[in-house]
Amino acid sequence: MTLGLHLAVVAALAALQFVLPAFHHGMLARIMVLAAYAVGYNVLLGYTGLMSLGHAMFFAAGMYGVGLTIQHWGFGIAAASVAGVAGAIVTAGAVGVVTLRTAGPAFLIVTMMLAQAFYLATLYFNTVTFGDQGFILPALEIGIGGRMFSLADPSVKYNVALVVFAVCLLATLWLVRSPVGRVLVALRENDERTRLLGYHTGRYRLVAVIVSGLISGLAGVTYTLLFSYVGSTFAGVLYSIYPLLWTLLGGAGTTLGPLVGTLLMTYAIDVASGITDAYLIVVGAALVLTILWAPAGVVGGIRARWARWLP
Amino acid sequence: MAFGPHLLLALMEGVVSASLLALTALGLSLVFGVMRIVNVAHGAFFMLGAIVTWYVADLSGSFWLALVAAPIAVGLVAILADRLVLRPIGYEPESTIVATIGLLYILEQVVLMTYGPYARPVAAPFYFRIDLGWFGYSGYKVIVAAAAALLLAVTWLALSRTTLGLYLRATQQDREIAQAFAVPVGRVYTIAFGVGGGLTAIAGALIVPVQQAHYLMGLDALLLSFIVVILGGLGSLRGTVVAALIVGLSDGVVSVLFSPTLAKIIATLAVAFVLGVRGRGLFGEEAA
Amino acid sequence: MSISRRTFLGAGTVLTLGAQFPGSWTRHAAAQGSPGPIRLGFQVHRTGIGAVYGRWYERTTNAAVKLINGKGGIGGRPIEIVAEDDGTDPKRGAEVVEKLATQHKVDLIFGTLFSHVVIASAPRAGQLKIPYLVVSEGYHVASGKLNRYVFQPGITDVRAQVTAVAPWILKNLGKKVTMIFPDYAFGHDHRDFFSRVATSQGGTISALIPIPPTETSFTKYFPRVPADTEVLYHVMVGPGVLTFVKEMGEHYGSKRPKIFGFVDSLEGVDLASPGLAFLEGTYFWEAFPRYAAANTPAHVKTFRERVGVNDNGASVNDPKDVSTFSHMFGCWETLHVIKAVVEKSGYRKAGEYRGFIETLEGFQSFPEGLEHPQGAKKFNGKLHQVYGHQFISKVEKRRLDVVHRTAIEDSMYPPEGDYTKQPL
Repeated sequence: MTLGLHLAVVAALAALQFVLPAFHHGMLARIMVLAAYAVGYNVLLGYTGLMSLGHAMFFAAGMYGVGLTIQHWGFGIAAASVAGVAGAIVTAGAVGVVTLRTAGPAFLIVTMMLAQAFYLATLYFNTVTFGDQGFILPALEIGIGGRMFSLADPSVKYNVALVVFAVCLLATLWLVRSPVGRVLVALRENDERTRLLGYHTGRYRLVAVIVSGLISGLAGVTYTLLFSYVGSTFAGVLYSIYPLLWTLLGGAGTTLGPLVGTLLMTYAIDVASGITDAYLIVVGAALVLTILWAPAGVVGGIRARWARWLP
Repeated sequence: MAFGPHLLLALMEGVVSASLLALTALGLSLVFGVMRIVNVAHGAFFMLGAIVTWYVADLSGSFWLALVAAPIAVGLVAILADRLVLRPIGYEPESTIVATIGLLYILEQVVLMTYGPYARPVAAPFYFRIDLGWFGYSGYKVIVAAAAALLLAVTWLALSRTTLGLYLRATQQDREIAQAFAVPVGRVYTIAFGVGGGLTAIAGALIVPVQQAHYLMGLDALLLSFIVVILGGLGSLRGTVVAALIVGLSDGVVSVLFSPTLAKIIATLAVAFVLGVRGRGLFGEEAA
Repeated sequence: MSISRRTFLGAGTVLTLGAQFPGSWTRHAAAQGSPGPIRLGFQVHRTGIGAVYGRWYERTTNAAVKLINGKGGIGGRPIEIVAEDDGTDPKRGAEVVEKLATQHKVDLIFGTLFSHVVIASAPRAGQLKIPYLVVSEGYHVASGKLNRYVFQPGITDVRAQVTAVAPWILKNLGKKVTMIFPDYAFGHDHRDFFSRVATSQGGTISALIPIPPTETSFTKYFPRVPADTEVLYHVMVGPGVLTFVKEMGEHYGSKRPKIFGFVDSLEGVDLASPGLAFLEGTYFWEAFPRYAAANTPAHVKTFRERVGVNDNGASVNDPKDVSTFSHMFGCWETLHVIKAVVEKSGYRKAGEYRGFIETLEGFQSFPEGLEHPQGAKKFNGKLHQVYGHQFISKVEKRRLDVVHRTAIEDSMYPPEGDYTKQPL
């Protein structure tokens, strides 16, 4: 039933591209990439119980990995993407080791500071990274089955975003139902007891940080390829707060929460800003009201009220 | 400038910014210690304190009146936020983050629409320049540092000598047991939140003559406060002060040795590693 | 026609319901033979760090639209502004370009200031093939790295500004210069281009002091200024600039080098603010003199009246509401460029941009007057960038008095690109 539901969501997203008007078509493509970012975040927050405030460095590691190798060394898309994901894995590995002994708020703060150092580094090495102003990638094409597709084409954008999101979503679904995922949830619920049961908790935590960083980095790679821009704004603290917000709003510890949260938040801003100049008040009030209605996020609220089987 | 005076200036700047930092973090230290919630809107309270100060000083011409009005006004906003938002969601840590981000959006937009996007200064109530021969230094900053130390001492006294302080400490150590001993935990939470907001507003008010009032000034204050509070250890006022000194001084001294941005990177990493090694903070009682 | 269609929630809701189907509206109108209004997408920094600029860009834009529409619009068609906030954020900026182009179906897009938003949005404008006229003063359009659809016809770029004022600084203030600038792109442009021009003209750079953007206190960086510095060159942006200036004053007292700043440090800030007395006797670059003087031309006075700015460069309604005078005229001039180009090219509807782009590329100058109050301009069609006069002002009695105006040629540099070679 759960796998069916997830496949249905992916199928619905795939079908939407044929009916959406141009603007919403583009918006949804972007939302799917950012939702993949939140899916990565949720692996850590929702299923391991670690709240990070530094995920922008994983997203940005993917972004710079793919962007700089194309810009400076002329890598092809495939090689550059591998470089981006590798960059995210290395960054996440380092962060995982440094934060191994921290929990709760300390984990939050250490990840935030490491991300801050990362952000400042993107400014400090501005002769390479072009700092906050950033740089634009040239027009890119991907080859599939011998044919070349331009990434500037809206439907190519949409389907690349869809594939990346679907892979991340199904991979996390598989992960949380696997034995490893169950140990992670046990970690979230009670670190001490899990350790007493004989699990090497540090190792599992490290794996969770790396998987989370990998998915976030993959989202960064995809975002860069589709929207052709690299800049240090994406390494800033706001871009660490966003996936936290999206995940909590949608429902931490639910596989579909990140998508729902990202979708709601992006459209809340877009619609509210079309109605009033004071749109942040509307968005703020919507957040407060939503969380009053569903303290565990929207999907969390649905699960608690109507569908206990939701993963 | 020669290395000696340069280092002297960096140390002075480190101590002064450490005390400003401790002052900014004081309110958060109280709230976080007692309630264990990540109040993202805390930086907005700091900002509101600065904005109210600008309005009152502008209308009345008195900085001192503003210094009294700001904590009262912001304290009331905080109490309102506690009653309307935080209590209904039961101070659940994760819901609190979303709700207080919502609150932050609302407060920032209200300020943007009324006060505007400008960075506006407030004239310091007194002004003099300390001339040390090699360089000059702001007299107001030195006085504010002293005032910060005084305020910290007063808070510490209040926590250790009054009934309210006893309630706060009891609630902080164990909510359920405190309740069993007839501590009105619900009201203590509200008071802690209000007082925390008020203290933060005082920090905002005192800092306005140094940094100006701006609707986005809260984020940096929030992040720095969190670093100091967590590094110091949950609920330890002493820890908050020591952590502020570590952050302020390392930032100052490292800036002598490296170019500015590199110095920031190194100082940030150094503090992150300290916290990474000592996960519960310097004076933390227990892992949270 | 009212152009602030979102003044309050009630009216906004009604109007937005209409705005959700702009395509059908215009198509309907076109089918009846009348081309209807010309719809200009306005990408504006209403929130975020650029909000001060955004607020004044919006006021200037509204004033210019009112003027143009009062005179019959563009080729008989009234202008309708469709404004969208980008939050001064590169991600939202790209979304806003998409929204304006594909949902609101505007004729063209203009008005962006912050360069990271420009650079993130430009590729989308190029892919959607819609003209994108920025008012940013960054060295990005002129660098040749954007695309054929991006223009900057209403404001000069930072490289031109620096190139124009550098000789004056070296001649009048001193040869040994220390630069203090924010460690991001805007500062890096100053670092790179000023250093290049200064060293080629007999000056030396004593030290470069980039300030990290997260910094709120600057005192500890002043010891890095070498003692033999003759000129301290500063350019800061953001809410911390007043702190910077105050702390500079506290540090130096009366024993200070000559000081030259970019007015970006003080845009939206009252020079009579407490703590700024230290600036007395220092110099600033201005793009457009904030304070009216005895010799202010009539068209500049009209510009001030129309936008609602008093003789001190503040709002006529609130003297504490200080404008971003050296930037906002760019919106006014850009709108008049759009008018000139649409009328000359015979542009009629979205999607048919060849004539518009080639006509704009063909312009070589714009004359001084009410359409271009800041002064005459030269336009480089290959670079898509405009060049103009620059001003150097001295702070006296808490106001800025112009002491020098550069020639347009002073700001020219060898071009590094040619957009006209790109296909449309």
